[in-house]
Amino acid sequence: MRKIEPILAILVAAAMIVAAIAAPWLRFVLTIALAKGIAVMGILLLLRAGQVSFGHALYIAFGAYTVAFLAPRFGDAMILLPLAALGAGVLGLLIGLFVTRYRQIFFGMLNLAMAMVFYSLLEKLYAITKGSDGIRVEIMPIAGQALERVTYEWTIFGIALGLAFVLGFLLRLYLASPMGEALAGIKTRETRLEFMGVPARGVLLSAYVMSAVLGGIGGALIAMTSRHVTPLLSYWTSSGELVFIAILGGAGGVLGPFLGAAAYELVRVYAAASFADAWQMILGSVLLLVILFAPGGLWGMAARAIGGRGR
Amino acid sequence: MSEVLLQASGLRLAFGGVKAADGIDLGVMKGEFLAIIGPNGAGKTTFINMTTGYLRPNAGEISYEGQRITGMSPRAIVKRGIARSFQLPQLFLEHTVEQNVALAVASRDGIWSPLTPLLRPGYRDEARDLLERFGLTGIADTRADALNEGARKLADIAMAVALKPRLLLMDEPTSGVAASEKMDVVETLARVLREAKVTAVFVEHDMDVVERFADRVAVWSQGRIAALGPPGEVLSDPAVQREVIGIERHA
Repeated sequence: MRKIEPILAILVAAAMIVAAIAAPWLRFVLTIALAKGIAVMGILLLLRAGQVSFGHALYIAFGAYTVAFLAPRFGDAMILLPLAALGAGVLGLLIGLFVTRYRQIFFGMLNLAMAMVFYSLLEKLYAITKGSDGIRVEIMPIAGQALERVTYEWTIFGIALGLAFVLGFLLRLYLASPMGEALAGIKTRETRLEFMGVPARGVLLSAYVMSAVLGGIGGALIAMTSRHVTPLLSYWTSSGELVFIAILGGAGGVLGPFLGAAAYELVRVYAAASFADAWQMILGSVLLLVILFAPGGLWGMAARAIGGRGR
Repeated sequence: MSEVLLQASGLRLAFGGVKAADGIDLGVMKGEFLAIIGPNGAGKTTFINMTTGYLRPNAGEISYEGQRITGMSPRAIVKRGIARSFQLPQLFLEHTVEQNVALAVASRDGIWSPLTPLLRPGYRDEARDLLERFGLTGIADTRADALNEGARKLADIAMAVALKPRLLLMDEPTSGVAASEKMDVVETLARVLREAKVTAVFVEHDMDVVERFADRVAVWSQGRIAALGPPGEVLSDPAVQREVIGIERHA
């Protein structure tokens, strides 16, 4: 299955490009899906260690606001993206030093608390953040090139797709490495790691920082695409959305987050357009069906269809 | 065999009113196989837990290769060359047996390589070699949660041996192993450890195993060492036979 995954990734990417060309409005939806997919890879990392974060929207919001705050000063996407990733990584390190002391529900809820503290700051510090009005992000140059709106949107889509590939590839290598396998070991036998001389907390912390970086990159891409950031990016429902996508896509492979994010965004858009009052119920029903009948998520279903294992 | 590898002096540890270690003095000689026997609750596992850093004694000292290790973390102790296996095997249940052992092999290098595969030739070859020596090649690709108790036990010990320790502490290495396979398992284990020049301390309830493989036996009773010496001498002691072996045979 591992060998088929890159081919599937190329096919999914090709389908996304075709869809974005055929229906230009889908370009926006798919760029957001790619950005969320990148962030959900961070959730997948923590799931490997058996930990669920209910507060990872914090890093998406941090990355998005980094872009919003710094765009007037460093107005280039190629500078802002690494800055958002770096900032989210540093924040992830500071928070991770605290939350990686805890496991299971305590880990999840502490992350939720951190995200909600950030949400409140974004809401209340109106003079800096413009509160719930949010901050508008102007179209910015990319690698020194000032671009037209359509070209800009295509370029951001291309950057998101390229980053999804590169980061997904790196994550695959990581998960199969001693460090990634030790991370998975935390889920079943953390004590054994310590008796092998491996600092389990250090392994989890490094994964946590990586997941924060992925969140920061996702958030920066969302800000560059939607061009408007609000505190809602850090609200608990946004964190729940990331976990939702992770379960929908399946945690068995790095393609799962992107399948999940694309399906989630498409169902949301179509359900919201067709059943304005009931789209959340439709999304809830989709998740329920996945949990009941396809616990491996969309990736697990794809793996089964091809004849391999989800992991 | 005259050099002392591990020295425990005056170890005391109580859990509430229960004295799990009540003045343990024990020297483990380099190269020997030392068996620890005694009834349940005598403090045998507590001794292993204190030696490997899982528990800190209330009083007393443990030194290894002449250096004090009392109160050190399990990680610090394993890096000095002391490994352990567990009464309840501690395997990574969602990994295969080969991955479990390879991870133990890789941990000697610190596992901090994020982009090279765990099952790269160096680690995989060493893991496979170890699995072959333990007779586990046939289940190398089996997930640990699908193993029977005997195989889990051996895989658990193989992981400890993969750390290349100079001292290995094993907590009931033959419990859960089918009676018909027990001697073969211990034979294999003893051969691997002798080849690797590993000193071994093992808690054991099977007196036939003790008699056949131990160089010395320490008899634990209520947190104290009641007798210590060669198996032939200790196991024939009427007091030991009455108070310990009788209990073991009926346990």
